[in-house]
Amino acid sequence: MSLAETRMTATPQPDRPDQPRTPRHIPDQLRSPLDRRLKSWESLLLLVALAVFVLNSFASPYFLNAWNLSDATFNFTEKAMIAFAMALLIIAGEIDLSVASIIALSSTAMGLVMQAGYPTPVIVATGLGSGLLCGAFNGVLVTRLGLPSIVVTIGTMSLFRGLSYIILGDGAFRGYPADFAWFGQGYAFWVISVEFVIFALLAVVYAVVLHKTNFGRAVYAVGNNPTAALFSGIRVARVKMTLFLLTGLMSGLASVCLTSRLGSTRPSIATGMELEVVTMVVLGGVSILGGSGSIPGVVIAAFLMGLVTFGLGLLNVPGIVMSIFIGLLLIGVIALPRLWSRLRGAR
Amino acid sequence: MSALKSREAILFAAILTLLLLIASRFPGFVSPQNLVSVFTDTAPLIILALGQMVVILTRCIDLSVAANLALTGMVCAMVNVALPGLPVALVLVIAVTLGAALGSLNGLLVWKLDIPPIVVTLGTMTIFRGLIFLLSEGQWINAHEMSASFTGFPRSLLLGMPVLGWIAVLAVAVMALVMGRTTLGRAFFAVGGNPHAAVYTGIDVGRTQFLAFVISGALAGLTGYLWIARYAVAYVDIAGGFELDVVAACVIGGISIAGGAGSVIGTLLGALFLGVVKNALPVVDISPFWQLAISGAAILVAVAFNARAGRSRGRLILKSAEQPQ
Repeated sequence: MSLAETRMTATPQPDRPDQPRTPRHIPDQLRSPLDRRLKSWESLLLLVALAVFVLNSFASPYFLNAWNLSDATFNFTEKAMIAFAMALLIIAGEIDLSVASIIALSSTAMGLVMQAGYPTPVIVATGLGSGLLCGAFNGVLVTRLGLPSIVVTIGTMSLFRGLSYIILGDGAFRGYPADFAWFGQGYAFWVISVEFVIFALLAVVYAVVLHKTNFGRAVYAVGNNPTAALFSGIRVARVKMTLFLLTGLMSGLASVCLTSRLGSTRPSIATGMELEVVTMVVLGGVSILGGSGSIPGVVIAAFLMGLVTFGLGLLNVPGIVMSIFIGLLLIGVIALPRLWSRLRGAR
Repeated sequence: MSALKSREAILFAAILTLLLLIASRFPGFVSPQNLVSVFTDTAPLIILALGQMVVILTRCIDLSVAANLALTGMVCAMVNVALPGLPVALVLVIAVTLGAALGSLNGLLVWKLDIPPIVVTLGTMTIFRGLIFLLSEGQWINAHEMSASFTGFPRSLLLGMPVLGWIAVLAVAVMALVMGRTTLGRAFFAVGGNPHAAVYTGIDVGRTQFLAFVISGALAGLTGYLWIARYAVAYVDIAGGFELDVVAACVIGGISIAGGAGSVIGTLLGALFLGVVKNALPVVDISPFWQLAISGAAILVAVAFNARAGRSRGRLILKSAEQPQ
């Protein structure tokens, strides 16, 4: 570690704009400082989340109520579903800013199918399918045409929501069948909502995929060094395509849950959610430059954001003021470790 | 260089074709008077796109411009309510200074802490919006609370065009001078084109990126006052989502998101293309709800086209591995 750092500081820093000052680490290195820091990062997050939990329970008498806490989970379950796939995508060095617009387009597609009189299974399949199609569109543009994902998904962010506006205008779809409400409003048992069960299952699945499979290892390799990954036999384009498809599918799933919870579709549904999803992923310790991060971190970040939002809500803090906290959290979470390492490096 | 020229020529031809198509059915749209009003309506987009161009040239992105605009605009409106007699020139100074200060906040975080620009500006975007709410307590500031000289300035006519339009012309001229005739302008291209080479030619990459953010912020602040005064209303969500239009104008105008390639004329044409589409939709009786999808499609076509042009010039090596080393 010290060797790498001295090398970085000894050269006249030609690498600055491309790479952060901290060198990238390969996760399977023995005694990698990243390993230690990641572990401490997650325990730090957990500590903060616990502190927020305790503070909340002192601040409001309504906080420690099973039903209220269950309601609070709705603040983050839908975003977290997307955040899992987004974490993998960002680790692989790409990003998808169109997720909220995919929700809008999927929701609109479900509305159209619902108006045509199809039953709930068809509506759900439509939502998931259109999410997958949107993801495929992004993926093809990025992997086949070699376009930068940030521009592509800024474009499709306008395009997908724009299509939704063309279909709906200032109108709305209402009147979803009663059994469709199960996804967003149903409870699996007692206070545990269906959405929370989906969230928990996905967390396990994504953690296994990222941390225990060849595919997960390939995701890290692609994010750390796409050229080296290519030369070591990883099909870089296929990995990225799969991740865009997954992100699209998860956005479709979130769309099913959100539409079911709200019971209606408007083209402005989930506006700005992409920022909260990216914030959740970055807060969870995933490097925005790719190559590092973990699913447990994202899970804790999801709980933390849900607790902060819910706690401030109980204290009657308006949503827009909460967004200041989210913004500060996003910048602070990245700035503080860098300030810290800079101070240590200066000594 | 010839590829750049032809790209702008193609965009210019596209705008002309668009105008001719509209004119064939609605001749009134291309009357000089209407063209001036379309240009004036596009002026805020042009000014903001010029700032965004500089930032993108240095391999960064500024997603906080619309929030910066709204915050500066709200402060200007509040200053006007508190001190109605303050001359417009001073309001302009306040707007540009505050905008530049907010931009320098982005720039410092990128320069001194090496935080990726997209994360910084996503964060400051939400923070600025929240600050507007805290400042205004969610209240609107309406036309009757603002002084006549405050709201009248951007709309007052000069040689048949509102001052707002002239400011856009001035901004284009100044930025063309800066980009083409100063060392700073060269530095922006150098940093984006090849940061390593820029370091070895004695350019401070971080400082240049910082200055790009300051310019973008100052222009956003200027637009903030002009916007609030033109529409004579200030509230939290003003210009919400406008940062995407600004990025779209740059991408359509041929500014490469990989940095280092682009021109002032291209940016101007990119903004004008979006402006003509936006103003033409109601005339040709297409629902304004189409605008979002059209600008999205235009971004995708433009970026695919730019990538093709960039590839034939051989800038990127080993494209399948995605990262030029």
